[in-house]
Amino acid sequence: MSSPKKPDIETVREDLLRKYPTKVARKRAGQIVINRKTEEGVPPEIKANIRTVPGIITQRGCCYAGCKGVVLGPTRDIVNITHGPIGCGFYSWLTRRNQTDPGPDGENFMTYCFSTDMQDEQIIFGGEKKLAAAIQEAYDLFHPKAIAVFSTCPVGLIGDDVHQVCKSMQEKLNINCFGFSCEGYKGVSQSAGHHIANNQLFKHVIGRNDTPPEGKYKITLMGEYNIGGDAFVIEELLDKCGITLVSTFSGNSTISAFERAHTADLNCVMCHRSINYVADMIEKKYGVPWIKVNFIGTESTAKSLRKIAEYFGDPKLSEQVETVIAEEIEATEPIRQEIHERCQDKLAMLFVGGSRAHHYQDLFAEIGMKTLAAGYEFAHRDDYEGRRVLPSITIDADSRNIEELAVEADPDKYSPRKSEQELADLIQNGMPVKGYEGMMSQMEEETLVIDDISHWESERLIELYKPAVFCAGIKEKYAIQKMCVPSKQLHSYDYGGPYAGFAGAVNFWRDIDRMVGARVWTYIQAPWQKQDYPALEAELVHTGSSEC
Amino acid sequence: MTPSYVSTRNPCKLCAPFGATLAFLGLEGCIPLLHGSQGCSTYIRRYMIGHFREPVDVASSNFHEQAAIFGGKSNLAEAIFNVVKQYQPRVIGIATTCLAETIGDDVGMILRELSSKAGNVDLPALVHASTPSYHGCDAEGYHAAIRAMVDQLAGNQPGADHLALFPGMLSSEDLRYLRDLVEDFELPVIMLSDYADRLDGPTWDTFHRIPKGGTPLEQLYRLGGARTCLELTSIYEPARTGGGLLADRFGVRHVRLPMPIGVKLTDRFTRELEAISGRSLPYRHAAERGRLIDSYVDAHKYVFDKRAVLFGHEDLVVSLSAFLAEVGMIPALIASGGGNAGRLRRAVLSAAPELEGHTRILGGVDFAEIEEAAVQVQADLLIGSSNGYRLSRQLGVPLVRVGLPIHDRLGAARVMHVGYRGTQQLFDRIVNALLEARQDGDPTGYTHM
Repeated sequence: MSSPKKPDIETVREDLLRKYPTKVARKRAGQIVINRKTEEGVPPEIKANIRTVPGIITQRGCCYAGCKGVVLGPTRDIVNITHGPIGCGFYSWLTRRNQTDPGPDGENFMTYCFSTDMQDEQIIFGGEKKLAAAIQEAYDLFHPKAIAVFSTCPVGLIGDDVHQVCKSMQEKLNINCFGFSCEGYKGVSQSAGHHIANNQLFKHVIGRNDTPPEGKYKITLMGEYNIGGDAFVIEELLDKCGITLVSTFSGNSTISAFERAHTADLNCVMCHRSINYVADMIEKKYGVPWIKVNFIGTESTAKSLRKIAEYFGDPKLSEQVETVIAEEIEATEPIRQEIHERCQDKLAMLFVGGSRAHHYQDLFAEIGMKTLAAGYEFAHRDDYEGRRVLPSITIDADSRNIEELAVEADPDKYSPRKSEQELADLIQNGMPVKGYEGMMSQMEEETLVIDDISHWESERLIELYKPAVFCAGIKEKYAIQKMCVPSKQLHSYDYGGPYAGFAGAVNFWRDIDRMVGARVWTYIQAPWQKQDYPALEAELVHTGSSEC
Repeated sequence: MTPSYVSTRNPCKLCAPFGATLAFLGLEGCIPLLHGSQGCSTYIRRYMIGHFREPVDVASSNFHEQAAIFGGKSNLAEAIFNVVKQYQPRVIGIATTCLAETIGDDVGMILRELSSKAGNVDLPALVHASTPSYHGCDAEGYHAAIRAMVDQLAGNQPGADHLALFPGMLSSEDLRYLRDLVEDFELPVIMLSDYADRLDGPTWDTFHRIPKGGTPLEQLYRLGGARTCLELTSIYEPARTGGGLLADRFGVRHVRLPMPIGVKLTDRFTRELEAISGRSLPYRHAAERGRLIDSYVDAHKYVFDKRAVLFGHEDLVVSLSAFLAEVGMIPALIASGGGNAGRLRRAVLSAAPELEGHTRILGGVDFAEIEEAAVQVQADLLIGSSNGYRLSRQLGVPLVRVGLPIHDRLGAARVMHVGYRGTQQLFDRIVNALLEARQDGDPTGYTHM
């Protein structure tokens, strides 16, 4: 076994930047930040949600991916039609691992990939006719409740009006039919696609059915996409506590549930990045407040359940929540302690998503693993630094292109669930009403935060730090493992999971324990175990951290 | 008769830039770069990595709204310079996406301007292929990229009397095997493109910005001096392939053969190698051939009259059909997402004329259409990519995974298809899949089959 050495953080940062041309280095310097907070705990500024420089191999996907793949993909009873050449539809066909439970007779179109498969003819003469015919065909085949259309790059360029086509098909077929202008070149990442998707859901779907489901404590879960069955675990927990889930955006979801989402009394936001603005809009239009929750990690899960109970202010609910938490913790705690023994002090890096890089730090912390570096793929400054920076975020040309809906209180349906005073009191007591402190606030001092990490930077970081585990996605996985570092996929969970809630936490700890302790690594001589390890010029500090 | 649908439901093809990317990955020291929005690179990397389970670097010129409106020239230049700075590639293989093609970026002109203005920046070799995904499928993109390499990189440098082998989209293990086979005839070979090691490599004991492997540029510069070019396609006309261009431009003898799957087609391939090299089939390959035929004899009782549904790339299904026909199986349905039924039918019946009247051939179809046709043919098994799994479940018959993509099994890069050895592996897998289905479906639970 080698004795891994941890280089000086400033030197690492300089090293990452050195390879870039001056202009690129200047830009990346704002996105590669050492977490040094002020005395009040305010993290430093990071540049986020800005364009990836051409030629820098990014983790990011496109607007279409965020819209069709992430937000609408997990809803089972909408027929999603990709309007464009075949690639986009093909690559987004069952590649995200969101699960759904249609029941024995339920509709489920998620296993289908519908595409207009545009050919030269449509590029030259326009594709509206083919799109209308494809919508008609989908209707004739399945008679779905709704059909959604997603635009790919060429659609915007040739000027097809998908919204007009959807409108006329809606009138003709008498079902909900709506389009998304989510061409791949829009915005700077999939985040633009989330926004476009959510705006359309807000405009065309939410609020269409005012009948609430039965239940005393009604909430929605926002920004939970049921990867690996996470939503199933959370649903079960809520059920045990006696909390009614009106709708989830959008894991294990249906369009009917979306339509009455506004009948909930509290919106719980998991992935702040992809959906916080919808929570804001629902509050403005219907008067439903939102809080930030996190069901990743046992402590975070317990905390989130307690917050929900506290919001409703019913001692009976609190009692039930405490009973559930106690039961669950009793089962998970011995396992946590056992794994903690083996994993403590090992190093983790997380570069993924728009909330996962934050949430999963809790799971690592619970087994004693330290997060050395983290960053998001497509998040914005508020996801890093907290919502306090919202007023100071610069609106650039790319964000201006994404529609901001002007929302007002609905004259008939607005009904504030809590008075101004009640909300103020809740906040006073630490309830995160409309609050999110961001990832950096929680991360330790002198850790590295990197936005939109490039392929080159990831490899260099591994080379320099040799963490015990590097969390990313499938695109990074095999390059990382070539270097003898296990890589955990936090997009698809390596086809495992669920990782949410108490049961999920155990799954995750076990997976990480097996990964970092796997015997296969002993067969490999890692690059840094060789004599000629290309060290930095800076002084190397021994930490005795990860092993390989 | 299958109804003709407007939309494509569950496609049985990938897009052209995917194929071009794969071809470029077979050039030594090459970084592929997609000229378009970043999602294309990300999606293609993601999908390719799912199949190969290997690192795949694909850069992008990251179009945003302005580039989409005013053209992607400056984005492309910036992308190239940044790739050079980070990776020091020997070559950058540029493929266009539908976005760049729709706005009509003239990549050739942009690259010429760039080279003339590069000044003291040492640019790598640049090669570009036009691959809009609204035209053709991944196989088209693959051939467009191979042709572009011949067009823009191949030269006539002396010092070679080699065989140029253009294998098409095969697995890494296929490529390795073909190289060995040709070299066993003591023929020096230049294979284009050769992603065998890059997309199925060992762990690293030293850092690699670009994984090892691939056809070296030096070999491309000598490609025009080849004594023969063997091109493994029965679908793509010389006017659209690298081999065709090599023949036109350098007068290289050009031989097109179907992918060598099964004894008959592999014999055609090895006879050609015998003719070119003047040597007879080396002993170990003759022995492999002998064992293969012996296994045909051993297993004829299991496979005879068994009905298969085949789907995948046209060139692959053509050769698979001929192989199934020679072992007495019936490829009852032969389908491909690419091309059209006409050209697929011609190629199948040319490779296996005995199939006339015994098979249904569907070109340019999706899985919705394949499913509709498959339920009619009483299939005993399916042979094709992982995307046929849904159909396999639906029909309750086994799926033997071949071609690309295979993302639900380990070792996609090591699945063999070609030559006596590849056919042997394929045949064993097919027979065992049939035996397993029979055994599992039998109430007695016989252990002797």
